[in-house]
Amino acid sequence: MIRMRGRLVVLQVLVVSLLALLAVRLWQVQVVRGDEFVVAATQTRTRDVVVPAVRGQILDAAGRPLVRNRTRLVVSVDRTSLNRMEGNGRGVLQRLATVLDRRPADLRERIRACGPGVPRPCWPGSPYQPIPIDDNVTTREALQILERQEEFPGVTAEVQAVREYPGSSAGAQALGYLQPITQAEMDRRAGSKAVFSGVDLVGRDGLESVYDSALRGVPGIRRMQVDRLGKVIGVERQVPPTPGDTLITSIDAKVQAVTEKALAEAMKSAPTADGAAAVVLDARTSRVIALASAPTYNPAIWTGGISEVAYQRLLSGKTGKPLVSRAIKGEFAPGSTFKVSSVAAMLKDGYPLNGQYDCPGSFMVGSRPFNNFRGIGLGTLTLHTALVKSCDTIFYKAAYEQWLRDGGLKPKAKTKEPMANMARAFGFGRPTGVDLPGESAGRIPDRHWKKDLWSATKADNCKRAKTGYPEVAKSDPSRAAFLKRLAYENCLEGYQWRPGDAANFSIGQGDVLVTPLQLAAAYAALVGDGRLRSPRLGWALVRPDGTMVKEIKTPVVRKLPISAKERAYIKGALSEVASDGTAAGAFVGFPMDKVKIGGKTGTAEVYGKADTSWFASFAPTDKPRFVVVVMVSQGGMGAQTAAPAARKIYEGIYGFTPTGGKAPAALPAHRPASEPPMIKRDGTVAR
Amino acid sequence: MDGVLLVAVAALAVIGTMLVWSSTRTWAPGSTGLVKKHILNLCIGTVLTGVAAMVDHRRLRAYAPLVYGLSLLGLFLVITPLGSTVNGAHSWIMVGGGFAFQPSEFAKLGLVLMLAMLMAQPAAGTDRPRGLDVGIALVVGAFTMGLVMLQPDLGTTMVLGVITAAALVVAGVRKRWIGGLVLLVVGGAVAVWFLDVLEPYQIARFTAFLNPASDPRGVGYNSTQSLIAIGSGELFGKGLFDGGQTTGRFVPEQHTDFIFTVAGEEFGFLGSVTVVALLGVILLRGMRIARQCDDRFGTLTAGVIVCWLAFQSFVNIGMTIGIMPITGLPLPFVSYGGTATFANMIAIGLLQAIHIREQSF
Repeated sequence: MIRMRGRLVVLQVLVVSLLALLAVRLWQVQVVRGDEFVVAATQTRTRDVVVPAVRGQILDAAGRPLVRNRTRLVVSVDRTSLNRMEGNGRGVLQRLATVLDRRPADLRERIRACGPGVPRPCWPGSPYQPIPIDDNVTTREALQILERQEEFPGVTAEVQAVREYPGSSAGAQALGYLQPITQAEMDRRAGSKAVFSGVDLVGRDGLESVYDSALRGVPGIRRMQVDRLGKVIGVERQVPPTPGDTLITSIDAKVQAVTEKALAEAMKSAPTADGAAAVVLDARTSRVIALASAPTYNPAIWTGGISEVAYQRLLSGKTGKPLVSRAIKGEFAPGSTFKVSSVAAMLKDGYPLNGQYDCPGSFMVGSRPFNNFRGIGLGTLTLHTALVKSCDTIFYKAAYEQWLRDGGLKPKAKTKEPMANMARAFGFGRPTGVDLPGESAGRIPDRHWKKDLWSATKADNCKRAKTGYPEVAKSDPSRAAFLKRLAYENCLEGYQWRPGDAANFSIGQGDVLVTPLQLAAAYAALVGDGRLRSPRLGWALVRPDGTMVKEIKTPVVRKLPISAKERAYIKGALSEVASDGTAAGAFVGFPMDKVKIGGKTGTAEVYGKADTSWFASFAPTDKPRFVVVVMVSQGGMGAQTAAPAARKIYEGIYGFTPTGGKAPAALPAHRPASEPPMIKRDGTVAR
Repeated sequence: MDGVLLVAVAALAVIGTMLVWSSTRTWAPGSTGLVKKHILNLCIGTVLTGVAAMVDHRRLRAYAPLVYGLSLLGLFLVITPLGSTVNGAHSWIMVGGGFAFQPSEFAKLGLVLMLAMLMAQPAAGTDRPRGLDVGIALVVGAFTMGLVMLQPDLGTTMVLGVITAAALVVAGVRKRWIGGLVLLVVGGAVAVWFLDVLEPYQIARFTAFLNPASDPRGVGYNSTQSLIAIGSGELFGKGLFDGGQTTGRFVPEQHTDFIFTVAGEEFGFLGSVTVVALLGVILLRGMRIARQCDDRFGTLTAGVIVCWLAFQSFVNIGMTIGIMPITGLPLPFVSYGGTATFANMIAIGLLQAIHIREQSF
């Protein structure tokens, strides 16, 4: 028995050591490495689902919604649960397609993951997020799905908020649109720790993009507990979403509608027209009251995912690129509307305000004659009449003289270039800073610009000067010869700012390009208080309960470098254009005795195309409240296409019929709203 | 009666009941279906403990071949069409009414008694068993293991091997014989490996044990998930019914073989160490009973029972914390499972019987 007991003692030691080994290992796993396993456990046990915040509305200056939210019954499919099923849930999709009256292939396209080589529609978000496949189902369809869950595993129908546009296409390009956020955009969002879900939408253009962070609010997170099959067994943590702020704009929905209608009609009246834009500004503040671009489209097309065909159509040249806002992105030669800047430059350069100027039919700029419109001479004029009748030769002469004073082809070390500098002082050649993305700068060419352009194109021009244009020569030998000579000249002396360049500049031709919004802002500065402001569409950001978050100001960029007397003089001249000048024909029958319109027509020549039609205007002439700029690309003469469209806009604002009778006014007070609308606690508009 | 032993077993049974409830309440019929059955099993087990404790173990020695023979019959029945397969192991006999019976659990008991009987008679004038008896014991052990291997049940086979080895060691077989035996087993294991006797899943479990990260979705899954469950319990645990990994059923076979993960997650380090400590109390009390017993049969029976329970507990807990390969062995007194509970409880009854007889002298 002693031997046996001895063996038992040995075994006991062995047993105790094994138990001690277990305890040590448990300490290591549970206490030393516990944190690590807690993280691993949370990862295996929970799935975060983003609860999107209700996006803020966009209201107009009277509190009318431009973009609002509508609740819709949305059917979503959970791809993870489909993928676990036989045939990747083909049967479920088939049944779902029957209920929703869609093709099963459509549904499959919607839930496939986006990636290289996968065309729209596709799903860019997290595979754990339910994918919305139909956001406009009827209650009956939703019930069919919800009541027969055994036939539709992984399919849900729930109420969600989607964007709605009460004005249909009104202001489409300015409002912008929403798209599911991409991973890259999510990463760029500062301080965002939210999980990329794919249900998060991001403003892709217009106001939706610029004010995205305020509008979108803060999405909530629902951390769901799942079992090993991914089945949800409970909610572990829930952070409710914070709804986004409401953006109040200075846009007036009625004026916007009138403006778009006027543009559409202008496009129809000019057979060659391929695009148009109009801007209505508050003359005192440069707040944007209407901003339109034609052709346009209905932004509702974005809601619920756009198809590849529809998307390409929005970008296509055939449809006139309706996605592009010509009001801020379109760069066109401004023609005679630009003369306000040239007159100001002459005054600044010492040309007398009350002087008499010759307006011959033709003026020799260097060795080349530059003609008046139709070559008609108008005799001796004041600057006032020069603007009203739109004489060109006076400006050619002044530009040529200034060019000579700067040293001509052999420029002085320090050139004055009064016209280019004045144009820049009016805000041309640089984005206005409006609260919209992708604004163009336009172009103010000068001696320096010419040199830079020459450096950039020298190599090509010099090569062409030798080789010529054989590809053009086949069809048009004389044009090929011209191009070759041009290339030769450009190669040799393309850096030179020639007298013709200066002359063209003075009447808003040649290489001068402006956007309609730039022109409107410049006119507002001219007829307003002489201060150039950066226009804004946004007026105020307000919480859903009505608390003001921030009022948006239109900052003053600079003061125009001319005196109040000089501004008044130019304004006075423009005030007669619509009654006695170039636009008089377009305003026949307009009740000028009630509201006097001032403005300037512009007809800009574009090589190989029809003229760009411009009308830059303001009203009333004594104390201007509105600035209206209309541009019709390939619209012909300014007085022919753009001025009548502007007239229609004024008729809408003030409430006149085409014959001068009374009609309902878009702005019965005959002035822009002076304060943003008040939002009450319950979210309704106070006035 | 050894009160400490009984209290330790009872405490483990209570903890086990809570763990079984926690791990089955989300899916068992009526949520309490399995825990009720478990309590019923424990009640039957308690009765069996009492019955076994009343047996005079010296008389049991005479019946040992009969008990062993009955357990062998059970193992044979499993091979016949009466046997059923559950979770890949053909080790069950369906009794009907939802009750099933696992003969291999009783084979452990039968083998313990049979070997104790064979080793109880020392060679004349020595305190070592006779060579012939050792030979017979080896054949008996190997035969039983062979039958279980047919099912196949690697875990129980290993337990039977440990029982056989423990019987030889406790009986005082010469060290060099034991050494030779160890060499034989190692050689056998190598042969088994190369002769493809093991099922692919058994090999896979071994590979996964060596490197669980190699296939976290496949065979490494059990190992990884049970480590996560236990580790995330940290020092104090998440509380009964509050273990997310348990509720989510991330660890498979959680109410049976992986019951310890529930203790680890919901009761934390303190709780799981308590379980280990309670097992330690049972094993040490068993050792004490074995040492205090004055006859070879009693000492052998008690000592081998302790080795069986110790090995099974260590392998079971060890596999959940990644220091042993995954084998299908329940944790004594804690896991759900009728036959295993009965066999364990009878073993405790036998320990008590030996203790009572000892005290009565």
